[in-house]
Amino acid sequence: MSKTLSAKSHSLPAKVWAGYALLALALLVAPFIVGQVGGNAWVRILDFALLYIMLALGLNIVVGFAGLLDLGYIAFYAVGAYLYALLASAHFDYHVSAWIILPIGALLACFFGAMLGAPTLKLRGDYLAVVTLGFGEIVRLFMNNLDRPFNLTNGPQGISGIDPVSVAGYGLNKGITLFGQHFPSSYAYYYLFLVCMLLVVFVCIRLENSRLGRAWVAIREDEIAAQAMGINTRNVKLLAFALGASFGGVAGGLFSGFQGFVSPESFTLMESVMVLCMVVLGGMGHIPGVILGAILLTITPEVLREVINPLQRSLFGRSVVDPENLRMVLFGLALVLVMLFRPAGLWPSQRRREELEDDA
Amino acid sequence: MDIFVQQLFNGIILGSIYALIALGYTMVYGILGLINFAHGEVVMIGAMVTITLLRILVEMNTGLPAAALVALAITTALPLCALLGFTLERVAYRPLRNAPRLSPLITAIGLSIILQNLAMIIWGRNYAPFPPILDTTPWKILGAAITPLQVVIVILAVAIMAGLWLLIGRTRKGRAMRAVAQNPNAARLMGVNVDGIISLTFVLGSSLGCIAGVMVAANYGQAHATMGFMLGLKAFAAAVLGGIGNLAGAMIGGLLLGLIESFGAGYIGDLTGGFLGSQYQDVFAFLVLILVLVFRPSGLMGERVAERA
Repeated sequence: MSKTLSAKSHSLPAKVWAGYALLALALLVAPFIVGQVGGNAWVRILDFALLYIMLALGLNIVVGFAGLLDLGYIAFYAVGAYLYALLASAHFDYHVSAWIILPIGALLACFFGAMLGAPTLKLRGDYLAVVTLGFGEIVRLFMNNLDRPFNLTNGPQGISGIDPVSVAGYGLNKGITLFGQHFPSSYAYYYLFLVCMLLVVFVCIRLENSRLGRAWVAIREDEIAAQAMGINTRNVKLLAFALGASFGGVAGGLFSGFQGFVSPESFTLMESVMVLCMVVLGGMGHIPGVILGAILLTITPEVLREVINPLQRSLFGRSVVDPENLRMVLFGLALVLVMLFRPAGLWPSQRRREELEDDA
Repeated sequence: MDIFVQQLFNGIILGSIYALIALGYTMVYGILGLINFAHGEVVMIGAMVTITLLRILVEMNTGLPAAALVALAITTALPLCALLGFTLERVAYRPLRNAPRLSPLITAIGLSIILQNLAMIIWGRNYAPFPPILDTTPWKILGAAITPLQVVIVILAVAIMAGLWLLIGRTRKGRAMRAVAQNPNAARLMGVNVDGIISLTFVLGSSLGCIAGVMVAANYGQAHATMGFMLGLKAFAAAVLGGIGNLAGAMIGGLLLGLIESFGAGYIGDLTGGFLGSQYQDVFAFLVLILVLVFRPSGLMGERVAERA
């Protein structure tokens, strides 16, 4: 009986399997195709897209599932990144393995998440947003200024010379050699980030369909009703903060190892806002939507960077407007237009779409 | 004692500017329940336009006194900022009034990015200096220095706030604004032109922001295309500190944040035994903000909002 049931629920149509197989193949060869077309810079952008997917999925737990507006999410990314930088660089001359640091980073970020969450549970909506924003700024300001009285973070100069991540004793910074051809480190990191990203996606999907995930959605929809149904809203919200933060911590550690350099510059409020945009623009609470949002918002500015200057030159014969500013203007315009035409995000979940139609 | 009085003055000057900007946030929030993230950029545009006009006026050698020149520049910049606020609401917020709560936040962020970069395209990446036409010889009061300009800033800010208070508390339009803030649908049934009132709110808020921007530029002697971001952030924090949606709260919150910041900068070194220096003044401001909200979750003056069933 149970055998037939499980067999039934697990057998997917051949078409779906074929789709997954194609997707897996595409993910595997992606850096080689991208590298062939756009060069190594674009493979790096691909790596960053994977990091941002992890970040966006982490924030999605807090904002999308539990409905808690967090404007300081990048602080957890910073915590993960700085922990890695302090424990694996010439700064203090510690060289701990990445595989020990990453879990510690996740735990530390988790702890910070709970620390932020605990006093702010009573706050709702925009008050919470301001407190999280303040928290993010505080973390960044400390990193910027903790070079005195003793040099912990090296201040605004940041920490450089960070050890690369090694897998089974093989430093990923050496790149990979395939069929007698050498590929730089961004290719090697791509696969590491891909594995981590898939793990995060898997955890997110499992969470979404768990008792905890349903509790989050219940709180998002109506906190009082959720409480009346016997959900311990305090613990469940804390868990959202802590779990979301831990993803940020891991992504931060990976960023540190990949980049070899961290400075407070990378953790400004604008970064938090960017990750929030990925979540909302893609479709809050909907995992494929959030992934789409993260990819689009990482790649769009870079595509604009590539396109704008040649276009200006061919139109006017010279660079009329600072391409960097023009690029950001167009990017902002894209944000506004997408929201105006698809207020629920590019790829909203079925539930949200229904809600929206209900409201209107 | 000298330091105390000096920091008190600095705090009051800074605080009255924050309060003006915070009013813009809080009025919009009270009516729409929306954080107008682009408000800081309106402040910046106000400052930049005024400086540009002032430069042109100074070059024209009109022979008018400095105060008249500044007034002339502001009266030209003010309608521009009001129009900008009006347009922002029309283009980016009105179509999303029934959308999910976070969608207008994203358009606001998008607009903020657009305005900031447009400003950089127009005015460049360098600091725009405020023409040195105003008298900056300080007066000595109780051992602390204060310039005539700073006195004017505080008096003007207080006068504007009093005017706004009267406008909202005593006039027909003000009553309509309060009605819309309480319940837009009921207000509409009573014959209030809700859309018009919302536009008016944006126009008012942007005008206040414009004046505040000019104050900042005149006080520090310069303006920059990215100045709106941090200013907006601080003012928003001030609005929340006082209880967002509450006018008196925004004024008190702004003043308080200004005082906290300047006293924090002045005394943080002594308080922590030299461990933390004045570079932590922002940390101090945010920390106080967080503590206040932990103990008074709806801000200092905020009413406890009834939880919806």
